[in-house]
Amino acid sequence: MTLVYPVQSLAAHPPRLSPAYKSTVKRSPSKPLIPMRHTLSELTGPVYGHETVRENDHDLTVQGKGEPLGERIIVHGHVLDEDGRGVPNTLVELWQANACGRYVHVVDQHPAPLDPNFTGAGRAQSDAQGYYRFVTIKPGAYPWGNHHNAWRPAHIHFSVFGHSFVSRLVTQMYFPGDPLFPFDPIFNSVTDEKARNRMISAFDLENTKPDWALCYRFNIVLRGRNATPMEKK
Amino acid sequence: MQQTKPDGVTPSQTVGPYFAYGLTPNGKYDWNDAFNNNLVTSDTSGERIRIEGQVFDGDGAVVSDCMLEIWQADAQGRFSDPQDKRAQPNTSFKGFGRIGTDAKGGYAFDTIKPGTVPDPDGKPQAPHILLAVFARGMLLHNYSRIYFDGEAANASDPVLALVPADRRATLIATRQPGGNAVYRFDIHLQGDKETVFFDV
Repeated sequence: MTLVYPVQSLAAHPPRLSPAYKSTVKRSPSKPLIPMRHTLSELTGPVYGHETVRENDHDLTVQGKGEPLGERIIVHGHVLDEDGRGVPNTLVELWQANACGRYVHVVDQHPAPLDPNFTGAGRAQSDAQGYYRFVTIKPGAYPWGNHHNAWRPAHIHFSVFGHSFVSRLVTQMYFPGDPLFPFDPIFNSVTDEKARNRMISAFDLENTKPDWALCYRFNIVLRGRNATPMEKK
Repeated sequence: MQQTKPDGVTPSQTVGPYFAYGLTPNGKYDWNDAFNNNLVTSDTSGERIRIEGQVFDGDGAVVSDCMLEIWQADAQGRFSDPQDKRAQPNTSFKGFGRIGTDAKGGYAFDTIKPGTVPDPDGKPQAPHILLAVFARGMLLHNYSRIYFDGEAANASDPVLALVPADRRATLIATRQPGGNAVYRFDIHLQGDKETVFFDV
């Protein structure tokens, strides 16, 4: 194994304890994490895709009996590593609220309508260049109990594996220009502005389909491999 | 399409409370599971084991909206990944499992006891399973390892040796009484009994 997953890459992530997001207070480690070298266990990872992804799994607008309500959108992009190389044949999973900001999850009691034609779950496999594509509905903002008048900016949850167990990533894709950004402690848990902006998709007019759907581009950048070592501070 | 070099990784965000229908539907939602908590198929070789436990927060309250993922070698210590060049890719054992905790914070995995995997110096590691812990309130998942009690190799395991002696027990699943190989592994996200998490 000659691959390198630089520890410095982790600096872009939010601190586990981010008190403005209240649930972190009792769920973040209170003791220091133990640094360790990567072994074969960490440097390998599940290889999934073709056997799990069905033909329409990437299109959340055709999974029900009829079309879901809301603003139809295309979300596409590349799964990349830090050096800009596409991560091929990797599983990309997503889940999201419907156009009204309601999840189908049994615990979600937000009094907004459920859409019988929208589950909000999808998956795709990146191609040989790391490219993936989904068709879905733009999710709505929704309230949550973190603080007075707390609303989450519209977002889509993404889950990606990459090359190894240490490149595992769960993140959220946001939409450009959302007025809720300044008020959201989850979005703002990422303290570095450039890193935070990497979670915001770009409106993509070139790939917007006339008379059919707006398009957003969202590249997902995973840790490693063989990234140029950063300068020692 | 040629990509320009990104200026860093995409930051992690919490899975939130509502991941189940996307990631762990488990028959409760109109979506099929890509993975579940049973890693064993009829042609998997190795000792069948069950690992079960509960997840607790810093107040000792159960965490019912937690997702656990495990990754492990097969009984011969091989990973089902072409990057493991030591042997033919193992197709009969995938080595990956995923589950969401229940209302009591409970979980279980049915799998096999993993074999020995070398460390970067070629030194054998004691049998272990990698664990990733996700939940609402966790902005970045935590990595841990599950070891097994009664393993002589634990005493010389290079990763366990990095852990302060008084915390090692948090990484060791305890064999339950009875004929079946059932191991208990509770996960404490925070506090006096906090599970050791690794900075990888």
